[in-house]
Formats: sequence, C-alpha cells, structure tokens
Amino acid sequence: MFVRLSAGIAALCLLSAPVFAQGAKPSDPQIAHIAYTAGQLDIDAAKQALAKSKNKEVREFAQEMERDHAEVNKQALALVKKLKVTPEDNDTSRALTKQAAAKRDELSKLDGAAFDKAYVANEVAYHKTVNGALETTLIPSASNGELKSLLQTGLKIFQGHQQHAEHVATDVK
Amino acid sequence: MTPGRIAIALMLAGLSFVPAQAETIQVTIDRLEFAPAEVKAKVGDTIEWVNKDALVHTATATNNDWAVNIAPRQSGSVVLKKPGAVDYFCKFHPNMKGRVVVAP
Repeated sequence: MFVRLSAGIAALCLLSAPVFAQGAKPSDPQIAHIAYTAGQLDIDAAKQALAKSKNKEVREFAQEMERDHAEVNKQALALVKKLKVTPEDNDTSRALTKQAAAKRDELSKLDGAAFDKAYVANEVAYHKTVNGALETTLIPSASNGELKSLLQTGLKIFQGHQQHAEHVATDVK
Repeated sequence: MTPGRIAIALMLAGLSFVPAQAETIQVTIDRLEFAPAEVKAKVGDTIEWVNKDALVHTATATNNDWAVNIAPRQSGSVVLKKPGAVDYFCKFHPNMKGRVVVAP
C-alpha cells in the first residue's frame, strides 16, 4: 500500500508539478510571487533557447516568450506597486524555480534538433502546468479584483503560447 | 438606336465601371480578442486592426492570402483583393480567431 501510494505520488509529481499543492489557498502576495516567478522562468528558458537554437521557428517562438512574459511581468510589477503588495516567496515559487533549473541543466547538454525538440516539448508541458494552476488555484484564490483580472488576461496569453508551442512541436519533430 | 437608348446604355456601362466606394472596416484587438470577430466587406475594402494590447499580434489568413503584423498599441491593415470568406488567427496566440467575409 505504502509503495503504491508513493508510486502514485511520484507519478503525480512527474505529471503536474508537485508545486501546486492541493488544499492550501495561496494569499495574494504569494499568488503575485508565483505568477511573476513562472513568467521569469520562461524568460530564462527563452534566453537559453536563443543562445542555443538555430531553428527560425523555435527562435521566433522564444522571442515571443521573452517579449510577452516581460510585458505581463511589467504589468504585474506595476499592479503590486499600486496595490502596495509585497510579493511573498513560497514553496510553490521555490519548487518551480528548482524544477526549471533542473530542466535548464538538462537542456544545456543538448544541441541542434535534439535541443529544439526538448525545449519546445518542455514549453508545451510548462504552459500546460502553469495554465492548469492558474485555472484551478491561482485565479479562484485571488481576492483582489485587479490581480484576478490580470491573471485572467495572463491565462489567455499563456493558452495562446501553449497552442503556439504545440504547433511548433509538430514542426520540430 | 435612339439617342435615349444610347444614353441608357452608356449609363449602364458606366455603372458597371464605377466601383462602389471602398471602405475601411475597423477591427479592435483588446485582451486577445478580435472584435467584431466576424466582419463583412467587399473587394477593395480595407480591414484595419487596431491593437490595444501591449503585445505583438498578427492577423494571419489561414489560406495564406495575407498576413499582417500588428505592433503593440499600433494598427495594421490589408486591402482585400479577392472575394470569399477568410478565417484568420494570430500566429503568436492561435487562440485568437477572426473571419472576414468578402463580397465581390
């Protein structure tokens, strides 16, 4: 039973980041931190792709990630400043950062088409995870209306990114 | 042909040569939505997309007839040259979809 349970948990961790734990409702300062961190990590991933990839479509996608997430984070910073909210570091942000570092390390060992494929596959998975978290946890938990609205617009943008990544994924196969 | 008939014939011929006034039809982009999502136009009309978002968008025809890049808080336009219904999307955010129905 114990083995089965831990195998189940391990599978769950692999599927969707363990980072978004069930139960505990994050506070607005935590939500702001998670959303900002998730964006920044994707910018870092894009920078790695721009340094390594020579594929035009992959580079265009990475440029879009860098551009869009920078813009959303700029708006997020302006909002927390306006609301006088100090983003608060938390387990979810830390877990996201740790996972992203491991992925970056893994991708750094790949080159050419292998890198492109792995980067784009991770972008699909990453956006799926973050979008799922936005839909089920972050947006419903946000208590400030403006924060909620920014997250909702963010979700639409990131759903667009996910679809774009899925499209690129079929091309770099 | 009587002079009257000639005049009518000329008038009819003239009518078919004078195109209807070309129009510019505006589509707003706001929070990743094309509004209105569907517009009706005629050949010769211009579609102008006004991007209110702080993001780069495109209006890319699925049949590759045209593709317009629309910078943040700027506009972009295309002159419609062919009749028919054209679906389009934003290549950066493919969940953004629109349609232009072009009459001859």
